[in-house]
Amino acid sequence: MTQRLDIAADFKRVSPKYVLVVIVGSLIGGAMFSAAAAVVWLVGHAWWGWIALAMVLVITLVQLIIAPRRARAIGYQLRDDDLLLRRGIMFQRFVAVPYGRMQLVDVTRGPVSRVLGLADLKFVTAAASTNVAIPGLPESDAAELRDRLVELAESRRAGL
Amino acid sequence: MTTPHSPAGGVRPAPRTLTRYADGEWHRLHPATPLLKGGIALIAVLGVVIANLRERLIDFFFHTPNYGGDPIDAIYDRGLTGWALLVVAVVILGAIGGFYLSWRMHSFRIGDEAVEVRRGILSRSHRKARLDRIQGINVHRPLFARIFGAAKLEIIVAGHDANVHLEYLGSSLAEDLRRDILRLASGARAAATDAPLDAATPAELARGRRVTISGVVGNRVDEFLKPADLDPDAAPPASVVSMHPGRLAGSLVLSGFTVFLLIVAAAVTAGVLSGRYWILFVILPGMLGAFGFYTRRFGKSLRYSISGTADGVRIGFGLFATSSETLPPGRIHAVEVLQPLLWRPFGWWQIRINTAGHSRQKGAAGESNTTTLPVGSVGDVQKVLPLLLPGIADERRAAVALAGMTREADQSVFANAPRRARWLRPFSWRRTGYTIVDGVAVVRHGAIWRRIVFVPLARLQSVEIEQGPVRRMFDLAEAKLHTVEGPVHPRLSVIATDAALELFDLVSAGAIRWAASDTSHRWNRAVELRGSRSDPATLPTDTAARCSAPCGTGGVGPAPSEPASSVSAGPKNGGER
Repeated sequence: MTQRLDIAADFKRVSPKYVLVVIVGSLIGGAMFSAAAAVVWLVGHAWWGWIALAMVLVITLVQLIIAPRRARAIGYQLRDDDLLLRRGIMFQRFVAVPYGRMQLVDVTRGPVSRVLGLADLKFVTAAASTNVAIPGLPESDAAELRDRLVELAESRRAGL
Repeated sequence: MTTPHSPAGGVRPAPRTLTRYADGEWHRLHPATPLLKGGIALIAVLGVVIANLRERLIDFFFHTPNYGGDPIDAIYDRGLTGWALLVVAVVILGAIGGFYLSWRMHSFRIGDEAVEVRRGILSRSHRKARLDRIQGINVHRPLFARIFGAAKLEIIVAGHDANVHLEYLGSSLAEDLRRDILRLASGARAAATDAPLDAATPAELARGRRVTISGVVGNRVDEFLKPADLDPDAAPPASVVSMHPGRLAGSLVLSGFTVFLLIVAAAVTAGVLSGRYWILFVILPGMLGAFGFYTRRFGKSLRYSISGTADGVRIGFGLFATSSETLPPGRIHAVEVLQPLLWRPFGWWQIRINTAGHSRQKGAAGESNTTTLPVGSVGDVQKVLPLLLPGIADERRAAVALAGMTREADQSVFANAPRRARWLRPFSWRRTGYTIVDGVAVVRHGAIWRRIVFVPLARLQSVEIEQGPVRRMFDLAEAKLHTVEGPVHPRLSVIATDAALELFDLVSAGAIRWAASDTSHRWNRAVELRGSRSDPATLPTDTAARCSAPCGTGGVGPAPSEPASSVSAGPKNGGER
């Protein structure tokens, strides 16, 4: 009965080092929420504080466990005329964006990414909901992909 | 960025079809612009001055006794009258000079490639908008400007606050300019337009002839009585839909706002019954506001008109302040036909659209300009849709729209969600489905707000399918079509997993194919190209990839050779070039 949404395509994975970025992000998020919950519990004397703290810890732990799978689930493929993106394990998401719809390409580096030599690439169209981002690309790959996408978009431009 | 513009050389349309303002030279706006822009403020200032000096004026004319003691007395007593008058004169002259200078420095130029506006005295600004990026042109006439026969021309471009404003222009000049800009933008050259060639002549004559007072007044009255959207030239605009006042009033009464009002009224009644009379005073301003809201919306939509022209769809409305917007072909990114629950007994529908650019003016019914048909019957919707979606063959569009709107019609057009979707969407699962007709994806969903959304694939930005754990349990997925910002959000909240994958393939492939063959940004050139085609059967027909054999619409079109294999038969090999 249950059927996974899947598209048979030769997806490129992001750098394996991206797992570290996910882990650091989860740890920081977990630490902040834990601190908030601890303050509520110990300083605010709210009895439900310890429940919140336990939940935050459990969620952080789960995130850490699935981090490698999450990073592996991100895939992209440059098809002939469009970019195909795959994300998520529990909530799977597939997006196809024709190159011609590109408005701009953003390459950004967070602090952790920069240490690891990674960069995030974002493909922006006229629709805000498109939200196509490929995180965790090696810096040289990101620059290369950016130039390639601009070049592809240039040859397939559709007016807006 | 400079225009390779040469006023003398190059191929340009025959001069007599263009007004002299679209000749690629710099021109100034209507001389009364400062007055019209600051019109209300000026009257207000005069009013305040007169109100404050009322006593003084009475005293001046009737020599009533002087009570003394205000600044004017002080000036008078010390013999500073001359200086005071000088200051007043300098201020007035300075203001006039400033206004004159700002008018002198504010100029526009319409060339073959772009529209440019220069303005400002100390800080100059120069804005240039490419003609092929124009999303729409809006001619707006506020009441005050209308009395003086002036109008604002707004050239709508995608982007935040990117529109080009020409305010103010003479009323008929604004109409002429709109036509000229659209003609230049359409890529048409010389005699390629089907607008009447002598169109500009009456207007030209009107400007050229000696104006008499009675003539001016007559013109004003004529312009004032003219419906918002009927300019004397460019004749076709006979509205395809007439707005019935009763229906308009009914649609306003049966709106969500009324429901809100009823809830408030119930709360107030309860409060009064329990003895809290002060609530009435609190609620009074709100009630007046609500009344104003209804009358404003009613008045605005009353003279609604929509019509198709060679250069796109024209939508006009307004009783006192009128507005008329032209959307060139290929600027509409999504069209939604919507019916709230309260309208269902009456069979009323509303049409809204997504466009990349937005006018600063409010649209019909005081709503944003995205509402294209405030309220209409099924028949009205069927008349308006051809204007908004010219790409689909008429029979197929009508059949799909009818299937979406009425339950009695042939429902096999839509590939609907499977029965198991009822656990997630108990009311709307039967109505959740999609089809693809002639390069337009049609999505239907919603039970309380019934919606049919048309998305031309040529302008689709991206497509997304998604599956969370709950949907995975039911072997379902979710699909979204991403278009530019707007009120329309085409999505299918439940769809069978395999159908979602199929939709993903069809739509992503269609988005590429149809965009490659789309020439609507230079629409008149497209007409020329299309005119050179031999027969209509070679037009791209990927009839409803969804509806191969059982579908009724597949057979209606102009002999689609093989609807089932249409997925591969795109415009690229369908005889486009």
